[in-house]
Amino acid sequence: MKLTVSGNEKEYADGLSVAQLIELEKVETPQYVTVSVNDEFVESGAFAETSLNAGDIVEFLYFMGGGQYGF
Amino acid sequence: MITIRLKQQDCKSIIAHAKNGLPNEACGLLAGKADGDVKTVEKVYLLSNPDSSPEHFSIDPKEQLAAVKDMRANGFVPLGNFHSHPSTPARLSEEDIRLAYDGKASYLILSLAGESPVLNAFGVVGGEVLPQVVDLLD
Ligand SMILES: [Zn+2]
Repeated sequence: MKLTVSGNEKEYADGLSVAQLIELEKVETPQYVTVSVNDEFVESGAFAETSLNAGDIVEFLYFMGGGQYGF
Repeated sequence: MITIRLKQQDCKSIIAHAKNGLPNEACGLLAGKADGDVKTVEKVYLLSNPDSSPEHFSIDPKEQLAAVKDMRANGFVPLGNFHSHPSTPARLSEEDIRLAYDGKASYLILSLAGESPVLNAFGVVGGEVLPQVVDLLD
């Protein structure tokens, strides 16, 4: 099946889960990554049970944050 | 050393956004072109701070997603982010460093602690802070 991952359309195995895609795409520090599928955010605990369907558009977003104190 | 080329106008927008956000920290994303050690900012995304805190910020994933799509549509690459320090200097705090996961990103800090705003840029590679040059363009 075809998926669009981070803007690139590629062929993937049918029934792939979000967790498997993260591994396949070698996403670094996945614990800090937010995943969206067709603009819907996937709960971080649900990566393994969320399977992808042909035509899905997947984005990986890195958490960005900080604070002003503590040197 | 990495140089961030930033239009004077975009720098002013960042300062205005940070002042509007007071007393809280303000933040946003930077996109443009990267050519070796020179990063040219073509677009600044002024985003909200869902933490609504004078001591913390985070980028709202919904706004981040919209910005990433806009960058791609414009042929820009993500260059990094910026945030303000309402009452501390323009350098990365321990928490900023701990949460800087992206070794390729530039982290810009705008301090509003002094009389005039100070903007500094840094890279963070494996927990090590590397200062970068901010080159303001007319
Ligand atoms: Zn900070």
